[in-house]
Amino acid sequence: MTALDQNRPRRADAKPSLAKRSGEHGLGWLAVSPALLLLIGLLFGPVAAVMLFSLTDWQLGSFTFHFIGTTNFRTLFTDPTFWKALSNTLVYAAVVVPGTVLLGLVVALLIEASPGLRGFYRAAHFLPVMSTMSAMAIVWGTMLHPTIGLVNRALGAMGISGVNWLRDERTALLALALIGIWQGFGFAMVLFVSGLKAIPQQLYDAAAVDGADGVLDRLRFVTLPMLGPVTMFVVILTATRAFEVFDSVRVLTQGGPNYASEVLLHRFYTESFDFLRMGYGAALTVVYLAIVVLLTLTQARLLERRVHYS
Amino acid sequence: MIARFPGRRFAGRVARHAILILTAAFALLPFVWMVSLSLKPPEEIFQADFHLWPTAFHGVENYRVALTAAPMFRFLLNGLLVCTAIFALQLLVCIPCAYALAKLRFRGRDTLFSAVLVGLLLPPQALAIPHFVMLNVFGLLDTYAALILPWAISTFGIFLLRQFFRSIPDEIIRAARLDGLGEFEIIWRIMIPMTAPALTAFGIFSVVAHWNDLFWPLIAVRREEISTPALGILLFRDDEAGQFFGPLMAGAVIIVAPLLVAFLIAQRRFIDGLAVTTMR
Amino acid sequence: MGVRSRPYGLAAMAEIELRHIEKSYGETAVVKGVSLSIRDGEFLTLVGPSGCGKSTLLRIIAGLEEQDDGEVMVDGRCVNDKRPKERDVAMVFQSYALYPHLNVFDNLALPLRTRRLSFAQRLPFVGRALPGRGGIEKTIRAEVEQAASMLDIAHLLHRKPGQLSGGQRQRVALGRAMVRHPAVFLMDEPLSNLDAKLRVQMRAEIIALHRRLGVTFVYVTHDQAEAMTMSDRVAVMTAGELLQVGQPEQLYRDPQDLRVAEMIGSPKINVVSCDHWISLGASLPPGVDGNTTHLAFRPEAVGIAAPGDRRLNGVVASVENLGADIFLNVALADGCGTVVVRTHPDGSRSEPGRPVGLQIDPACLLQFDSAGMRQRQAEQVGAAG
Repeated sequence: MTALDQNRPRRADAKPSLAKRSGEHGLGWLAVSPALLLLIGLLFGPVAAVMLFSLTDWQLGSFTFHFIGTTNFRTLFTDPTFWKALSNTLVYAAVVVPGTVLLGLVVALLIEASPGLRGFYRAAHFLPVMSTMSAMAIVWGTMLHPTIGLVNRALGAMGISGVNWLRDERTALLALALIGIWQGFGFAMVLFVSGLKAIPQQLYDAAAVDGADGVLDRLRFVTLPMLGPVTMFVVILTATRAFEVFDSVRVLTQGGPNYASEVLLHRFYTESFDFLRMGYGAALTVVYLAIVVLLTLTQARLLERRVHYS
Repeated sequence: MIARFPGRRFAGRVARHAILILTAAFALLPFVWMVSLSLKPPEEIFQADFHLWPTAFHGVENYRVALTAAPMFRFLLNGLLVCTAIFALQLLVCIPCAYALAKLRFRGRDTLFSAVLVGLLLPPQALAIPHFVMLNVFGLLDTYAALILPWAISTFGIFLLRQFFRSIPDEIIRAARLDGLGEFEIIWRIMIPMTAPALTAFGIFSVVAHWNDLFWPLIAVRREEISTPALGILLFRDDEAGQFFGPLMAGAVIIVAPLLVAFLIAQRRFIDGLAVTTMR
Repeated sequence: MGVRSRPYGLAAMAEIELRHIEKSYGETAVVKGVSLSIRDGEFLTLVGPSGCGKSTLLRIIAGLEEQDDGEVMVDGRCVNDKRPKERDVAMVFQSYALYPHLNVFDNLALPLRTRRLSFAQRLPFVGRALPGRGGIEKTIRAEVEQAASMLDIAHLLHRKPGQLSGGQRQRVALGRAMVRHPAVFLMDEPLSNLDAKLRVQMRAEIIALHRRLGVTFVYVTHDQAEAMTMSDRVAVMTAGELLQVGQPEQLYRDPQDLRVAEMIGSPKINVVSCDHWISLGASLPPGVDGNTTHLAFRPEAVGIAAPGDRRLNGVVASVENLGADIFLNVALADGCGTVVVRTHPDGSRSEPGRPVGLQIDPACLLQFDSAGMRQRQAEQVGAAG
């Protein structure tokens, strides 16, 4: 046994004896047991249950159910509203992700460019992140109101007649995307700012000596490449949040008009909890889960390869 | 270098402020609009010309309607109660687990940690149906427990705290063990004080998320008395009194204000906290 | 010392003159009226404790920092208004400051590309198609490869900095500096992130590089040993002031300031105040001036003798055997400090606790006044070296 030829102080800390280790073993399990139980009971058990539900015809309140195979999925995939919700969610993400990331990046660069009013700008841009979306969605609803809303009043002052943003099939989804950008870009800004602060000054010095001292050169040779990892992170985060859009849709449009602003999570909510079609809802959950997990994994993999520096 | 290009510098600074004021206006406009409307009588809201400050101050009436027609303070209190309970439960479960994952050696540790990482991937909304069914089975729907229990475990909290615990050198723990401290004391006297910033950050993250959450309360709760703020304002809008914009906006101000005030008081904490917690 | 031949590339002459440079950050003055001229082709080291302003001075020479007052002259022309890239200097940073997203080749090529390609030619994708770029790229490639092979990093050209060891990164940083043949190399503690063994090796390589390039090197370090072994001349700074400039030998033998004497040399020079000298019953050496308050002498200027009247006596407190040399720490009586004495291993052995007398070579005794300034009027012959 190796412990024998070690001197005492080392045995006391570096390599615990067998007894010590088994003590740590028991202690470890004791410490993780509540978390483990809840992990199974509240996360992995339910995920398994959802997958099971998706294969049954179970309705809330009924005492029996039958396995009906992939019927729920077939119903789902032949349901045009599902495809509408999916494509709307993709369109929503396609607007919100670049909008949020670009706006957040520009604001972060400008805020960090010089110290004037830095604190005020940071707080002002961050305020939407902190605000309760359901309440602010109601406020946005009044701002987008066709007659008394701020937006149409402003457009009217410029001689443009606005539309009924949230009741018009052409604009409802875009209006929601605008609200999504409004709420998210302050957060992107904060993440970019912390990324900017982590760039060592010596790199800018080196660039200046090397001849890259214009604003654009500094951006191109130092700032943007060094922000690579943060950008990847912000993109993933924003995309995940875009796929989870629900509050503004529920409060303002309920997916309407004519499903023009229907999104995945709202579809899921209506089917499961308004119509109580749990099997269908579960199938939708499985699809949603697959999309979100796949999205996160592929994005992480894809971007990691391009921005990992070490 | 400032003196070298005074002209260009000045132009740059003006452009910076011009753009930032524009984007800040975009961020702040809804708040200004909300407060403005909450102070106006109905006829002024609907009249053709618009003033930021009401010509006839109707604030008192609007806020009185909001507070009497719906239990606004009750919503806030519920929010406080639910958020505190959730965070307390999360700490109770996460801290020992995170400590064990970071600092103790036991068989199955790596498997458990992988499970936590997988858990991080799961969007909570996907678990709504089984949670709903479970609560229904136990007869807990439409109670505080329904709002709190599903969030008792936070894989994110475990992950975050584990990262912070790991950054504490093993030597400190070994020294504490040699000094005769038990594992509980090590957590209580060493790990928790040393990771206080991380715990605060996690707290801010957790409270902000659940205070603002609409999805789950909408599913779990029907009664107005136990509604959280995000759900409460929605119930108020669908109520009779909420059809009027003035009181509705007053209600929105009441719902949104607490977090925003807390944020404005401890800005740095909030921003750093949320940035740190998500970047890990 | 004269102008060295310049076998590598065609660097311009570069004589640097600093005139009354002042710099402060807010209330704190970091550089206080420093004047210094650096000869063409010279290896000059700025040495001093951290926070003494040496790095700031280097950054002012580079143009990365603007002085509040004073002039930076290169070859007799004032470059105050010139941006860093227009000053024909290259800089090696403590953290190497390599671009982590570019491989070694692109790191080395970047300073050439920013200089030789027009803005349009440097645009991503578009630039590659523009006329003239191909030819320029070809010469750039040749020059980068030449520099890389000189530094023995040619096999690393396709790696990213994150995949290199500390020593390799150091070479890449050197390569990025030399690839465009600057007239001046500025180095800010370039070796302090390396481990001790590698540091000694890189020291030798930097000296060799200086010989080969023959251009002006300005080197900043807090390590006096580095300064002494590498430089043609050393400039000693403390608290924003330039104390003395001279050849390493000169600073060691003939320091003008007590702080210089204490900073240069290891182990540190022995300093005994005249008051202690007298209170210990030793007679002051001949020629000690009335203004002198402190006497200083190097460990090798002391010999061990029997305790006696009129000389400094003490007790051996500890013995440090370094193999080639043995250093004795001798504690003077009445808490008047300790004196380090260098003895040879083949000399008489001393154990701790033994009372000894100190025999100091009067020719090697340095006198300082209460302000720490060297007293010169009673200078002994030979001390000036």
